[in-house]
Amino acid sequence: MTLQQAPVAERTAARLVDEHRDEVDLDDTPLRRRRVAPRTVMPDLDGVPQAPRRGLRRSTLSARFDAIGAAAAAICFTALLYGWFSPLTGAVGAVVIAYLVFLGFYALLVSIGSDRRAVADKIMTVLMISAGVALFSALVFVVAFALIRGSKALPHLNFLTQTMEFAGPLDPLTEGGILHAILGTLIQISIALVITVPLGILTAVFLNEVGGRFARFVRTISDAMTALPSIVAGLFVYAAIVQLITHQRSGFAAAMAITVMMLPIVIRASDVVLRLVAGNLREASYALGANRWKTVWHVVLPTARSGLVTAVILGTARGVGETSPVLLTSGVTAVMNLNPFSGPMISLPLQVFDFVKSPEPNMIARGFGTAAALVLLVLLLFVIARVIGGRPPGIQSPGERRRAAQRSREDLERMTAAAAFAAAPPALLGAPPSALDFDPLPLAPVVDDTTDTDTETDTADPAGASAPDAPAAPASEETPR
Amino acid sequence: MTAADIRPRSLRTRPSFADAVFRRTAFSAGIITVGIMLAVGLFLSVRASQAIGVAGPAFLFEQQWSPETKQFGIAAVLFGTVTVAAVAMCVSVPLALGTALLISEVAGGRLRSLLVTMVDLMAAVPSVVFGLWGVFFLQENVIPVSRWISTYFGWIPIFRVTDAQGHVLTDASAFTSSAFIAGIVVGLMVVPTQTSVMREAFSQAPVGEREGALALGSTRWGMIRTVVLPFGRGGIIGATMLGLGRALGETIAVYMIISPLFTINWQVLKTGSNSVSALIALRYGEASQFGLSALMAAGLALFLITLVINFGASSIVARSRSGAQTN
Repeated sequence: MTLQQAPVAERTAARLVDEHRDEVDLDDTPLRRRRVAPRTVMPDLDGVPQAPRRGLRRSTLSARFDAIGAAAAAICFTALLYGWFSPLTGAVGAVVIAYLVFLGFYALLVSIGSDRRAVADKIMTVLMISAGVALFSALVFVVAFALIRGSKALPHLNFLTQTMEFAGPLDPLTEGGILHAILGTLIQISIALVITVPLGILTAVFLNEVGGRFARFVRTISDAMTALPSIVAGLFVYAAIVQLITHQRSGFAAAMAITVMMLPIVIRASDVVLRLVAGNLREASYALGANRWKTVWHVVLPTARSGLVTAVILGTARGVGETSPVLLTSGVTAVMNLNPFSGPMISLPLQVFDFVKSPEPNMIARGFGTAAALVLLVLLLFVIARVIGGRPPGIQSPGERRRAAQRSREDLERMTAAAAFAAAPPALLGAPPSALDFDPLPLAPVVDDTTDTDTETDTADPAGASAPDAPAAPASEETPR
Repeated sequence: MTAADIRPRSLRTRPSFADAVFRRTAFSAGIITVGIMLAVGLFLSVRASQAIGVAGPAFLFEQQWSPETKQFGIAAVLFGTVTVAAVAMCVSVPLALGTALLISEVAGGRLRSLLVTMVDLMAAVPSVVFGLWGVFFLQENVIPVSRWISTYFGWIPIFRVTDAQGHVLTDASAFTSSAFIAGIVVGLMVVPTQTSVMREAFSQAPVGEREGALALGSTRWGMIRTVVLPFGRGGIIGATMLGLGRALGETIAVYMIISPLFTINWQVLKTGSNSVSALIALRYGEASQFGLSALMAAGLALFLITLVINFGASSIVARSRSGAQTN
């Protein structure tokens, strides 16, 4: 390397390394090892002028100048166009023109310093960012719109504690409320959850842990049913249950419609979660002698618990918010009805829909208030789902880890006690372990042999397979002998 | 005991009692699930076949809906459904594509996880809230845009807004409650679903090829164009179709916005449209037994369409996923 061509910092570094090498050579290195490269050392940079280190992920000053300059130019251009040159009006048009002009100016500015590909890169980055900004601002605006317009009705305490039984459309917002709709929603979703959670999770377990041709059929059918439009689910319940069996609209019928809609969602989401449980956890459990049921109950389900809870809660959020299945089946009422089996029982989304059908401003305000309550409920469910879930399967929270460690300590104590008991009267427990010793095929799968499964299962169960810090496993092997 | 007597133990599994119970229970859960779902399908088909038998093939081509006079068909409502869904796709696909690329390629660290959470959250926002927004905000604010499009792009037939005699309408009331407005709202509703599927597909593009492209001097967009988009093509198509399935089945937002119309309306910006689900929501209350059968026939037709679309989407997504893993 010619020192004249190297930049300053590099040159000083090279010089410092050279000096250092001399020191090393003089002090303790034999002559024949002179050619071995010395350790890399950080040069001492005191007194050497240094530029501040650039953050590699941050944009450079000129890139920022391009963006800011293009934005300023676009705003000025649009203002000129609207104010001076032509009689244009309209905010939407102004924003669109400003945006297009910005893109043009930005491309121009970038092209001054770089080639065509860099221009394309910058423009596409701007397009992606603007798609994201447009989407998120639109979605946040949709939610905020309901919350802001709902803030007229929601702060009145009576809105959450009264029903609409004695409040007419012309009454002020200080009368009447949506307590009946809130309770109706809770009752309907509870009934739906009582059916969908056990059935859905058990079906997902069936799909993953039992398998077979029928399981593939079940999976195909439940995938197909996720395509069922929710209004058709409502129509089915209306024709099959309301018209043929109960002869009246009721909360139960609405819950059935929600169930038909939610069941495929829960099955599919749980199926995905269970599929993510690592196969070696299952195999470890089987290898320790656990049977299928014990493996599912003590390994698979605890491992996937947070994911399953998330799946169920997100399904619940969908079920709570869906209007169309309820529209046909629950019936509209202004009266509190806590009996799901008789009489109409309204729920929050349907109440929103019913309120805003009225032309009265107060009813529309109530509708927005109800929508705000619904949005808050869904947000709450979502936050709960995030707090509980959000961890990949197999990762334990500190509390879970403590409990697993506690369980395995208890197991260790129990097993040492059992071993002490076995050691004292040696005649009692001789046979079963010796059978294991004389097994002609030591590699035969333990799952096969149901007789000693029962003794081994207890050592395998306390989520020991998923807790690496469990001290019980190695101790248990030697104790019976 | 000689060596000949020792023969390998049989490896056949004889499930224990607990296992047998477990298997039976899981199996019966599967049977119940399939039973419920087949019951829905069979009930719909049986009741629908009653109406289809009366209407015959005209069911697909008839525009009006009056089961009392045996004059009913899904041509108009199906056309409206497809129109709304098509507008929704025009809105949602560019947004979803850009946002998915933003999340998977541009944003990093905490911002990315925040955006992912927000997309998931937005997928759970109730459709009635979107409907409220469409009726009380978008309706009045989009009319100037509609009018502008119809003024300057009126030479394209679908953007023209005319009355029955062919005179061009510019009155604001001619632009309310149109398929265009409903489509925008439905499009916003399905964007989160599409975004999360696309993002997942993009994030599975192999790191080696990405780094190879960058090492050869590609810009970020060059890398996206040559690596991420080809690998994620299946994800893009699948996500679009999944969103399309949801858009076709959407009820309440469409029902709140459109003013129902039982003729085929090619003019997207003009007042009046319809959809199958809005038809069901509109007519179920007054329907006779036969009228219900007719509605079920319409619902079944919608279900079959969304079914085909969903299966197509999931098979495309699955194929693209397996293809990405082999590399």
